Amino acid sequence: MKKTILSAAIGAAVLGAASAASAATLADVKAKGVVTCGVSQGIPGFSNPNDKGDWSGIDVDYCRGIAAAVFGDPTKAKFVALSSKDRFPALQSGEVDVLTRNTTWTISRDTSLGFNFRTVNYYDGQGFMVKKSLNVKSALELSGAAVCVQQGTTTELNLADYFKANNLQYNPVVFEKEADATSAYDAGRCDVYTTDQSGLYAIRLKMKNPDENMVLPEVISKEPLGPAVRQGDDQWFDVVSWVHYAMVNAEELGITSKNVDEMKASGGPDIKRMLGSEEGTKIGTDLGLTNDWAYNIIKNVGNYGEVFARNLGPETPIKIERGLNALWNKGGLQYAPPIR
Amino acid sequence: MAGFALSLAKPESQRSSTSSLIYDPKVRGIFYQILTVALVALFVWTVTQNTIHNLEKANIASGFGFLEGRAGFDIAQTLVPYSSDSTYGRALLVGLLNTLQVAFFGIITASIIGFVVGIARLSKNWLIARLAQVYVEIFRNIPPLLVILFWYKGVIAVLPQARDSIALPLASYLNNRGLFFPKALWGNGAWMVGVALVVAIVASIVIFRWARARQARTGQQFRSGWTAIGLIIGLPALTFLALGSPISFDYPVAGRFNLTGGSTVGPEFISLFLALSFYTASFIAEIVRGGIMAVAKGQTEAASALGLRPGVTTRLVIIPQAMRIIIPPLTSQFLNLTKNSSLAVAVGFADVVAVGGTMLNQTGQAVEIVALWLVIYLSLSVTTAMFMNWFNAKMALVER
Repeated sequence: MKKTILSAAIGAAVLGAASAASAATLADVKAKGVVTCGVSQGIPGFSNPNDKGDWSGIDVDYCRGIAAAVFGDPTKAKFVALSSKDRFPALQSGEVDVLTRNTTWTISRDTSLGFNFRTVNYYDGQGFMVKKSLNVKSALELSGAAVCVQQGTTTELNLADYFKANNLQYNPVVFEKEADATSAYDAGRCDVYTTDQSGLYAIRLKMKNPDENMVLPEVISKEPLGPAVRQGDDQWFDVVSWVHYAMVNAEELGITSKNVDEMKASGGPDIKRMLGSEEGTKIGTDLGLTNDWAYNIIKNVGNYGEVFARNLGPETPIKIERGLNALWNKGGLQYAPPIR
Repeated sequence: MAGFALSLAKPESQRSSTSSLIYDPKVRGIFYQILTVALVALFVWTVTQNTIHNLEKANIASGFGFLEGRAGFDIAQTLVPYSSDSTYGRALLVGLLNTLQVAFFGIITASIIGFVVGIARLSKNWLIARLAQVYVEIFRNIPPLLVILFWYKGVIAVLPQARDSIALPLASYLNNRGLFFPKALWGNGAWMVGVALVVAIVASIVIFRWARARQARTGQQFRSGWTAIGLIIGLPALTFLALGSPISFDYPVAGRFNLTGGSTVGPEFISLFLALSFYTASFIAEIVRGGIMAVAKGQTEAASALGLRPGVTTRLVIIPQAMRIIIPPLTSQFLNLTKNSSLAVAVGFADVVAVGGTMLNQTGQAVEIVALWLVIYLSLSVTTAMFMNWFNAKMALVER
């Protein structure tokens, strides 16, 4: 306890803002009139600002979905760019309401960091990118290589575990910012760049010569990426979780942003129940929202499949297949509990 | 005299009412000091309670127990054995030693460059003086972070790739992965060379003292400087040869990805070290120039009137007096260099801030790690300041 007091006294400034983050995040968000989401500093397809400062990506759309559910207006979302190092203190201190920032769900983050995870909006795994000229075909040939990696990520830990388990030597070059790590790789400081595979495909496009780089076949970890909220606020946790489930259920039921209006009027009972057009429904108000919360998400942001296709799918420069992220009934892992 | 004291004491004995106590400056002073201390204590207490309360409410684990846990991440440049199986505490130690290393070499190099440039600015040679001025104006007007990035991205990153390394003398190589040089592997009895070095240094100190005492007694000078250099180089060298050269080298050779074997200094360390040295040297140069110029011209004239040569005048008359003025601000520059080394995070050098940052993210113990950072930098600065104060007291002019 004494140690706690000492540390607390010295570090109090860090958590000074914590007093502002009360347990009732939903009420706070409604009072502020805007939901504040922590996002990355720029990963194409996940959260990336364009030259005008407008954000796009699957994590950004998740945040817009929350804004649409709470306010009926997807523009009432504010984005705070966070490095992988800053993201957890920012959520702990209440600077952001929710972290929609390709963050891996792990047990220690769920427990000792004081966060809650429930939904996974992208199933990922860690991979390696190398220069084609090195003639490397497998990660097992990488002994002695210099590896660029971003500081304080699960990536950094998986890397150490993988090389240790396979008895390989390597030389880690660790950067706080993703951009610094990738530019060091591009400049030849490292032989290998490692992060989640989705990130590798996105980052490859940013290289001077994307075609000179290749992603190795090995996937060395499970990286379930999803939003995190602070512990001790079940209502807000429910809102954030059900935004994702609504989008997945909508895809499963065939509701898209284009047909949502006619579905609301003439859909089957499960569709009407979800979109809030069922007589005397209380689903939305029980969640602390209005009964058309799911309608607002689908109308303004789209279902999960639309969001994926718009940000990551084969039509985009990133060109990622649905793979693990297909619906459960199409061979993937995306599965949402029923809305009833 | 006695009458004067009496007249002062008299009104004091009359002041017995409380109103006079309020107007007593001494009592007032004590009152305000107590009030200030109480307010500060209240502030600290409130902040502490608030933080503890918030940590508990947010279900965040606290305490320093996490330092015992397995770190799980690797660090490239380590001065002590370290692997991902080591503890977080060990990782922090690795970071601290890296910070100390770059600060130590940075301070030495910055002092050398600073003194040379500072004296060059006062040179009667127009070109040398202007060059020194340009150096100072360029480096002290650029933020240190940009100087670091200049060395990292502007100089070292454009060096050739590992496969086309620049070959340097002594089987060393330079490429964009750093500087590679042979590692000395000491053989049997090599410790005798170290002993010889220590003996030579001790002998040199004795000779210096003896020479000074003799000069004071008889006026005769002794070439103690050359003798010391001869001893310090010669004695270990002779021991080394007598032992039959107990040394072998591990040479860097081209591996699949990079040169392997030998010793490596990474580009992160090189760029940080060079940037901090060059940046801080520009300030030290100005301090040295100011210190020398502050010594009255009469001192030089008096020395030359006594027949001292210019070199001796500078060494024995000007510099000792200038040092009194130079050392206090020099201390601040040393502290600045140490603290600026935390910019290492920009180039991925594993200093105490970078390693702590990784730990912070892996464990989420933000309050504890920030506290550790503060304590570490505070201790480093206080230690440096104490050493420099001691040095200052030693160099201070003995007033008679």
